[in-house]
Parts: sequence; C-alpha cells; structure tokens
Amino acid sequence: MRVDRSLRVVLAEDSVLLREGLTGLLGRFGHEVVAAVGDAEALATAVAEHAPDIVVTDVRMPPGFQDEGLHAAVRLRERQPALPVLVLSQYVQRAYAADLLDSGDGSGVGYLLKDRVGQIEEFIDALREVADGGTVVDPEVVRQLLRRRRDPLERLTAREREVLALVAQGRSNGAIARELVVSEAAVGKHIGNILAKLDLPPADETHRRVLAVLTFLRA
Amino acid sequence: MSPRQRQPSPAVLPADAEPDGPRTRPRTVWQALPSPRYPLSSWPWRSAGYLISGALAGAVVLVVTVTAAVVGGALSVVLIGLPLLALLTLTGIPVAAVERRRLGLMGPAPAPDPHRRPAEPGLRSWAACRFRERATWWELGYAALFALVLWPLDALAVALCTAAPLAMAGTPVLMEVYGDGEELRVVKLWTVTTWPGAFATAALGLVLLLLGGYALGTLAGARAELTRLLLTPGPSERDARVMELTRSRVRLVDAFEAERRRIERDLHDGAQQRIVALTMMLGLARLDAPPGPLADQLTRAHEEAGRALAELRELIHGIHPQVLADYGLRAAVADAAERSVIPVGLNVELPGRLPEAVEAAAYFVVCEALANVARHSGASRAEVSGGHRAGRLFLEIHDDGRGGASTSGGGSGLTGLADRVSVLDGRLALSSPAGGPTRLRVEIPCEWTDHSV
Repeated sequence: MRVDRSLRVVLAEDSVLLREGLTGLLGRFGHEVVAAVGDAEALATAVAEHAPDIVVTDVRMPPGFQDEGLHAAVRLRERQPALPVLVLSQYVQRAYAADLLDSGDGSGVGYLLKDRVGQIEEFIDALREVADGGTVVDPEVVRQLLRRRRDPLERLTAREREVLALVAQGRSNGAIARELVVSEAAVGKHIGNILAKLDLPPADETHRRVLAVLTFLRA
Repeated sequence: MSPRQRQPSPAVLPADAEPDGPRTRPRTVWQALPSPRYPLSSWPWRSAGYLISGALAGAVVLVVTVTAAVVGGALSVVLIGLPLLALLTLTGIPVAAVERRRLGLMGPAPAPDPHRRPAEPGLRSWAACRFRERATWWELGYAALFALVLWPLDALAVALCTAAPLAMAGTPVLMEVYGDGEELRVVKLWTVTTWPGAFATAALGLVLLLLGGYALGTLAGARAELTRLLLTPGPSERDARVMELTRSRVRLVDAFEAERRRIERDLHDGAQQRIVALTMMLGLARLDAPPGPLADQLTRAHEEAGRALAELRELIHGIHPQVLADYGLRAAVADAAERSVIPVGLNVELPGRLPEAVEAAAYFVVCEALANVARHSGASRAEVSGGHRAGRLFLEIHDDGRGGASTSGGGSGLTGLADRVSVLDGRLALSSPAGGPTRLRVEIPCEWTDHSV
C-alpha cells in the first residue's frame, strides 16, 4: 500500500491568489512547495534546480496566456519521462489531456480541472497518485468520453466501463470497490476482463492499468 | 425551403436598366426623344425649365462669387478678407448641391453625393474632410465652368430654340402692333414687308419651334449628362466605396472578435481564479470545522461555489472556447461534437491553422447547427464533415432528422450566422426539405496561416 510521504512540489501558477492558496493547502497536508513560479520559463529552471517529486502546473500562463503551461509540462516530460506532472486546467478538453498523456509512457501524469482544487481531499489524493506513477484524469473528461461510447470500448459491459472510468480517475481497486459497493475481488475480476478485452496481455500490473486508461482516452 | 441567396446587388441601378415597354413612361429625355409624342409630352418643357433655371442660377453664381472675390480681396488688406477668400474655395459645394437637385428635372435617376461623412461632428472635422476630398475641387472647377461658360450657353440655347422661333411665329401680330402693318425686322435678321411674307415667316417659326423643341431636349440632356459626369461619383468611385464599406465591416467583425476574447480573458483571469480560490478556502474550512450546523453551512457554501464555477466555465467556453485558440478548428469542432447530446460522427481533415476570424465563424456555425439538430430536428445522428480545398474551407453538417429548417424568419440563429459568414465572403447554404434530411453547408475562402500543426 501507499506510504504517506511528504512530497517536494514545484508549483507553476500565474495567479498570485491561487499560488499562495495552493502553497498553503499543500503545506497543510505536509507537502513542501520548494518553488512557486509564475511562468513557463521559470518552471523549467525551478525543476532543473530543485528536482521535485512532482510538478503542479496551470495550463494557461504568461506571456501568451494560451497553453504555455501544458507545453512546458510536455517538454519536461520529454526530457525526464519519469517526472510526475499534474496539470490543472480551466477547461474540460480532451486535446490537452491527450497531449499530456502522449508524453512519456502516460504514467505519472494527471489532468484535472481547476475546480477539483476545491475538493481538497480528492485533489490531495490525485496528487499522491500521480507522484506514485499513476494516471489521473478529471471525472469531467471521463464523463464526456463515456457519453460517446467509441468503438474499442464497445466490447466492454456497462459495469466494466464504469470500472475503467474510475481507474482513469486514479482510484485504487479498494476505492473502486467502495464506490461501486462491490468486493475488491469483483473489481479485480472486472479489471482482468477489461484488460483481456482491450488486448493488453499480462505484464507488470500497474503498467497495464495505465495502458488501459490510455486506450480509454484515445478511443 | 431554399437557402437565402446572398448576391451583391449594385448599390445604384442605372435608370435605363428599367424595363422599357411601349406603355412605360420614358424616364429620361433620351428615351422620350424618338417617340412621336415627344413634342406634346412634358419633356420639351422640362428641358426648357432645366436650361432656364441653369441660366438664372449660373448668373447668380457669377454675381455672388465675383462680389465675394472683390470684397474678400479688398478686405484682405485688413485680414478679415482672407477667411472669406478661403471660404470661396468651397463655393463648389453648395453650387454642386443645387446642380444635383436640378438634375431631378431631367429624370428620376438618383444623383448621389460624392462627399464622405466627416468622421467626427463639428466644423473643424467637416472642413478638414472637405478640403481633403477630390470631389470638393471637382465641384469648385464645375462652379467656375458654370459661372463663366455654361450658363451663357444655357441662355443661348433657350434663346435660339424657343425665343427666336416664337418671335417668328408671332410675326403677323408684331407687324400689326409695332410695324403699323407695313414692315417688321424679324429677329433682327431680315425684314418682312408683305402679309404673305409675314405669315410664311410665322409658319417657318412654328416649324422651327418644333425643331427647337427637339434641339432643346438634346441640349438639356447633354447638359445634364455633363453635370452628372462631373458632380456624381463614377462607377469606380462607387466600387471604392463598396470596398471601403466591406473593409470596415471586416474590421468591425475583427474588433468584435477581439472584444469577445478580452471578455473571456477577463472572466478567466479574474472572476474564475477568485472563485477557485474561494472554493479552496471553503474546502479547507470544511476540513477544519467540527461537525455540526457550521460544517453543514460550509458544505452548502462549498457546493454552491462549485456550481458557480461550473457555470462560469460553461459561460466562458460559450464566449470563446480556448481550445479554438490553442488547437484550432478541428479540435474545437471535435470538442463541440463530444458535447453534443446526440451522437455526432466527425470527418474533418484540417491539418493546419486558418485565420482567426474564419475559425471562429466556422466554429460557431457548427455549434449553432449542432444545437439546432439537438433541439429541433428529432435526428438520432449527425455528421460533421469538412476540409480545405482549392483555397476554401468547407464544412457540412448533416442530420437524419425531419427537416424543415429555414434561414429566413427573424428569430433564426442561422440568419445571424449567414451574416457572419458573408462578412468573410463566405456562403452558407441550407437544404432542409420537409421530412429531412437537413444539410447545412458553409464555405469560406481562406488560406492556411500555419500548415505545421
């Protein structure tokens, strides 16, 4: 099981209000913000300097106020594929999530709506999940994807899709079992079925989960 | 229902482009002249009226300008005269205005004013605008021509074509009254001494009067053409004006688009950040609050703030979706398709970026179309296809619904979209027979701005 460790965080957020708020929030849960910066360039420098456990960044940042934060995160991942990155976005947008997940092997990344910061515990859980190499996708994005029911997911049953959606949100088997009010063994069985149907042969367990999520997102 | 056709209509129809059947009243003197009824029609009278009023007006212009020039010249010694002389250069403006009005006598073709409207109210901006215009100087030239050459010609034409023949026609009477029945000098040219000679002269006068009527019509017509040529904007000037209007319309749309983005950015960087911070603080407060009524209140406040945030997010997205700016039209259309309530197939090939205004217009067409499909069509499926071929972006939204959509009718969002597309020289076509299916097609000429994306 997961060890509650203190994370060293580099935070990139141009709004001073949120930067201070997030720093306080993370501090309250025992994590340390080693650097809090306001633009993409300073983010790269801070990461090189501090070698943090995780990077938390906003999508939209100076100077262009477009997707500089996202691009910076993707570049960081290209240089350091194992660097966990959690991107906060103001939009539900699969294109952003896809860009991010395509960097590295898709593990240790998170894409969350900024609203989620307000759901303090969920946010802290997601942070820890990403730092531990998991993949976390915002429930809102997942919801949109589910509405479409695209081809590769066609073979999954409704329950299996539900389970996969929760996996995409970064939940552990135990958490999924609690959410769906079933046994953890049943969740394991569903996940086994999902992996089989998505054509993901047995290998390292966590890695296959990530691949399943990626299939789900790219579907 | 047929799509509304948007074809540029000429701003001014030439008068002789009117259908010209045998029963239609002639609209210009040129149309009236060949008719056998010409001598009895109003045209000889109108022509005479045009030339006589021209002669009088020209004489007045000459007297007034000469007086003003003399007075101004004399007073310029004490400096008061200088503004008067400067004002004299604007003489052409009122003269031309009167002349354009007088053209109404010669036919109903409109005589548009070539002057531009000053950018700001006030005398200064008016004067600055007028002094810079070519039309002002053309009008001044016309005023000079009018005062020195044209009005004497007008007077001469009237005298030759009407006064002389009338005088001849009146020979017998005049001979009786003024010549004591014995002799009369006709129009100061020759002398008549016998009654048969007088009556022959009178007959000749009547014939000449008839011919004079034709000559008068021709002269007045030519005179009016000259005025029209010099004082109204020519076709090239009209084209330039239409182009200027088109350009200003495009500028307006660009400004509108920029304003949308500014509002989006302000909401995004201001209100939204603050509400995120607020939900974060409320979330923390909830964690710290002991269970009880206070914790419940905080929970409710927290949820409310969350809902406000979600609403604000949708609102911002509706104003200008950021994904359109970041990833371009294809991604934004895919996003709109994903948000649609009914399933939407996507077949859009756009490997690059198009001008901002084009992307925005096309995106909003797709959004409006998909919203209409979901709201009114009863369709179970829609398909968005499109691409860029031969310098044109085209997009088609197709559904299997019951049809009957229309771009006419005041409340239709499609009319607004058609306007928006037409500003970019694009076209929006709708085919929606009752019973379906509905096809909405939009085409906008444009080039890639970035082909690498």
